[in-house]
Amino acid sequence: MIWNKQVECMSDDERKKLQLEKLQAIVKYAYENVPYYRKRLDEIPIKPEDIKTLKDIEKLPFTTKDDLRDAYPFEMFAVPKKEIVEVHTSSGTTGKPTVSGYTRGDLEIWSEVMARGLTMAGVDDEDIIQNTHGYGLFTGGFGVHYGAQKIGATVIPISTGQTKRQIEIMQDFGTTVMIFTPSYGLYLAEEIKAEGLNTEDMDFKAIGFGAEMWTEEMRKEIEKRFNAPAYNIYGLTEIMGPGVGLECSAQDGLHIFEDHFYPEIIDPETFETLEDGEKGELVLTTLTREGTPLLRFRTKDVTKLTRDTCECGRTLVKMERVKGRTDDMMKIRGVSVFPSQIEKALLRIDGVEPHYQIIVTRPHLMDEMEVRVEASEDLFSDEIKELVGIRQKIEQYIHNEIGLRVKVTLVEPKTIPRSEGKAVRVIDKRTL
Amino acid sequence: MKVKQLSIFLENRKGRMKNALDVLETGGINIRALSIADTSDFGILRLIVPEPDRAKKLLEENNFIVKLGEVIAVRMPDHPGGLGEILGILDGQNINLDYLYAFVEQKNEMAIVLLHPENIDSGIKALLDGGAEIITSNEIYGL
Repeated sequence: MIWNKQVECMSDDERKKLQLEKLQAIVKYAYENVPYYRKRLDEIPIKPEDIKTLKDIEKLPFTTKDDLRDAYPFEMFAVPKKEIVEVHTSSGTTGKPTVSGYTRGDLEIWSEVMARGLTMAGVDDEDIIQNTHGYGLFTGGFGVHYGAQKIGATVIPISTGQTKRQIEIMQDFGTTVMIFTPSYGLYLAEEIKAEGLNTEDMDFKAIGFGAEMWTEEMRKEIEKRFNAPAYNIYGLTEIMGPGVGLECSAQDGLHIFEDHFYPEIIDPETFETLEDGEKGELVLTTLTREGTPLLRFRTKDVTKLTRDTCECGRTLVKMERVKGRTDDMMKIRGVSVFPSQIEKALLRIDGVEPHYQIIVTRPHLMDEMEVRVEASEDLFSDEIKELVGIRQKIEQYIHNEIGLRVKVTLVEPKTIPRSEGKAVRVIDKRTL
Repeated sequence: MKVKQLSIFLENRKGRMKNALDVLETGGINIRALSIADTSDFGILRLIVPEPDRAKKLLEENNFIVKLGEVIAVRMPDHPGGLGEILGILDGQNINLDYLYAFVEQKNEMAIVLLHPENIDSGIKALLDGGAEIITSNEIYGL
């Protein structure tokens, strides 16, 4: 089943025509309504009328996360505040969060793209969707919610955690579709097993997952544990939230909804736009967003685009699942973490040397993070209980900063390798 | 009355303790007493050595973290109940110990216990009042 056959199966010519019209309109709209874009375009200088072909998008400046942060909280809004009916923010892990404002029209688009995506996974109005994504400033929960409601499915807005209750409800309510992050899904599977239950007795039709990096092995494991196919969901708060791209039955890349989001792949060093099939940084332009239109937003996600008629019948471009970043952001149990946050936490403790190393592993399907910190003369005490106390204090400070429990190990001075130039702060032993 | 003690931070990693001891060996420093406190990922090596200041410098030159502290050395008869008597004195005065370690001194058939009370001065006073025999650094270094 295809939710919106007209746009999901457009011919190349139809798509290009539609995209150009929308691109011209959004550039004009952003120029006229967002002072930031007026300034940026005037600096170049370029006028909205200069966008004559799709290729002309390359004349536009990029928008970065820093630009959005500088506009905190509402300076990127293209409409009066009273027209914004909902806001979401990024996690704000590296400073001020970035704010995304939604008009009623934006929520309608969000519902539409998620409805298309969930339909790809086979969801229909008979389904009961247990949505374990968090409801809050994070976009994960609401995005799935809106899409499922648009389809007419029944949503259980249970959010993350309360695992025992999750299991009870999935049995009692007869959940047919689960939405989770891969690592929470695997944890849930373990708990289901621990309670002596068998997922094969439950009647799952599909799994939707995203918000963290995963491997094909993890997908297979999840599919085996839940006895249902699992589909990848991609999105980011700045652009909309989940719903930028989703996987179809081919399970081979995510279709991007090109009538709303215009994707480009650039070389992150030279900023040149790359051809389809070449790997680089994904850049997205919102073609229809009213609240916070973004031109050429740099996602920092590394992927490639391919364009073929898919076996599912859709002609929408496909992006490969994200396997890397152009910055040093890590996804740990679904949470975005930057090494700079760890550094910030360490600097708040007297006597801690700014030499540290982060080691990320996935010993039992769940991410674990160890932070190795060099002890110093100031920090060292002759007493075990004080040293243990210091270690716990560092763990607490890091927890406050990133919201995750980590293991801190105190190591001897000068044992963390120093390197010329950029230090190797992160050793990621997970196979992504 | 107080004996200087070196405390060295050690990662719980193969070869680390030997590395520290090798530094002392190279410096010609002989260890009089030693104890180690350990947790799952780090430990503290505590040492009594002659020339503690020089030993600290040597270790620090080799990237070890070293603290110089003080403990009380008490001589006690080497027979069952010997340590109990000493602890009894501290207990009677409500003095808490952070840690202690002991070794046997063969020449005089005596044993020596090194004590680290929460408050070292009240520890000394209590021990002296209780009739314990506190010995000096030089006596230990000479053993």
